Amino acid sequence: MLAFLIKRTANAALVMLTVAFMAFLIFRFVGDPVEMMLNEQATQTERIELRERLGLNQGFLMQFAHFVSNAVQGDFGISYRNQQDVMRLIAERFPATFELVIVATVLSLLIGIPLGVLTATHRNSILSDSLQFVSIIGVSLPSFVVGILLILVFSVQLGWLPAFGRGDTVNIGWWSTGLLTPSGRAALILPSISLSLFQITLVMRLVRAEMLEILRTDFIKFARARGLPTRLIHFRHALRNCLMPVITMTGMQIGNLIAFALITETVFQWPGMGLLFIQAVTFVDIPVMAAYLVLVSFIFVVINTLVDITYALVDPRLKNDTGGGAHAQ
Amino acid sequence: MLNKAVLLRATDSELWWSLKKHPLALTALLLLVLIVTASFAAPLIAPQNPYDLAVLNLDNAELPPIWQEDGRLPYLLGTDTQGRDLLSAILHGSRISVIIGLASVLLSMAVGLSLGLIAGYFGGLIDNLLMRIGDILLSIPTILIAILVSAVFRELLPAGLRETFSALILVLAISLTAWVQYARTVRASTMVERGKEYVLAAQLIKVRPRRIMLAHILPNTLTPIMVAATLNFGLAILIEATLSFLGVGMPPTEPSLGTLIRIGNQYLFSGLWWIVVFPAAQLCLIVLAVNLIGDWLRDALNPKLR
Repeated sequence: MLAFLIKRTANAALVMLTVAFMAFLIFRFVGDPVEMMLNEQATQTERIELRERLGLNQGFLMQFAHFVSNAVQGDFGISYRNQQDVMRLIAERFPATFELVIVATVLSLLIGIPLGVLTATHRNSILSDSLQFVSIIGVSLPSFVVGILLILVFSVQLGWLPAFGRGDTVNIGWWSTGLLTPSGRAALILPSISLSLFQITLVMRLVRAEMLEILRTDFIKFARARGLPTRLIHFRHALRNCLMPVITMTGMQIGNLIAFALITETVFQWPGMGLLFIQAVTFVDIPVMAAYLVLVSFIFVVINTLVDITYALVDPRLKNDTGGGAHAQ
Repeated sequence: MLNKAVLLRATDSELWWSLKKHPLALTALLLLVLIVTASFAAPLIAPQNPYDLAVLNLDNAELPPIWQEDGRLPYLLGTDTQGRDLLSAILHGSRISVIIGLASVLLSMAVGLSLGLIAGYFGGLIDNLLMRIGDILLSIPTILIAILVSAVFRELLPAGLRETFSALILVLAISLTAWVQYARTVRASTMVERGKEYVLAAQLIKVRPRRIMLAHILPNTLTPIMVAATLNFGLAILIEATLSFLGVGMPPTEPSLGTLIRIGNQYLFSGLWWIVVFPAAQLCLIVLAVNLIGDWLRDALNPKLR
């Protein structure tokens, strides 16, 4: 077990080191950091001083080591665009993205699980077939198109819900939340639906596949033979047994959702880190781009590693696997 | 060579038979053929050349589709704010989207197949290295890599060349992660095939490894590749559209479907819904058709389901 743990952690560290290297290459070689940070009137002495301070005169490997040690301490430098500390910029935007992702995840479970059970228990019915077809459409609709259509219908035509922004937020310590005000909650509805649509179809398909398998097992047949009510069998006995993979997948998808949220955030002008990143891309604000890449990859890698390790704890057969094999997809 | 024998063989195949039994897949296939043909013939059949600024007339700007009150011929789907015929723009835009999709599938497939064959056939260090690179690429969200690669390449090019090379940059950005799936699939099948007798026989009579891999093993690994390629074609078009929508893809001077949606999105609140809805609908139709075909193909080629 210890060997497996070390192997997985080393693997994760290797991935993070590669990501950091990519971020470093972007930072160092796309545009000259010194030119970007100083204004045009800066004197030659100022340039040389900054070059010295940023350590740009050192050897390549030393610079990379410097970059990594700074990144580990959460120091990604100063944004080129508005001269603020990058880490602070991202920390300010993080609550918005996190709330959006969590609400979308909850939505996908609340809608996806019942639909999955329904399509499994009513197999070959018109309802189930049409739901299956709708789920293919759900997978095929690009998430920004979903967002645009939602805005068009519910904001432009009907005028029911706000189309952009976060509404009023309340600060609890450094965390800003939109969940406590009516306008904040209203603003959450469209973006979270748009972000969760793909996730709903994923959950639905997974629950359906698992349910179909479980409904064939002996203990379900026995439960039927005992004359238990069908609803009880489906939702209490069968569903409970297929929740484990659903929870795993949901956990693993959170990293993906954070990355995907940048599309939703652009459509709805949602002030999260994804929007910050896209704006940074437009203005070639390299430090923000690099920091976002490292942070999102970090969340992604940590979640995947934790899932793999948990799996190995629960199911010892996986320990002999060559690592990275426990991914759901 | 589309002679009679080939045609006969094709119409007698199991795939054709299965297609006839799945009306949804058949419809999707016909739809896709129609869309692709129409988009490739865009310069011939489009009512207007959307890139020719000389034919644009602001008098014709913001016309709604033909079935609405102010709509007029020949602007079937209406016009945008510059008087550009939307149908022509969509046809030309689909062409760009389809070409980028095809090019990324071909590139990532070529890279993935070669690397997968090499890794699976020779094993050892090179196999380890290639698969580890693949693992790392898949450890970072795909869309993030594509956005970064696209943004960084554009920044590195001199300003004058950015628009010329934007399609090429997109193809590279999409293929950079897409090859991994092909490589993994082919590697797995190659490792199985490698131990089979026909390969051993070929090795025994000193057929060169390159020939064994390409002529003997590759054809036996192609079935799952076909499904992956179909689904990836849809995915590539989707990623391209997303990047263009986010502003790191095709420029407005040479708009793909994603760029058209990005442009239309600006007029969402001014009542000009058709500028965004029609390109979006075309994009969804293409991806939906591809996914339906991919789903059908996966079942049709799966021997367990026969």
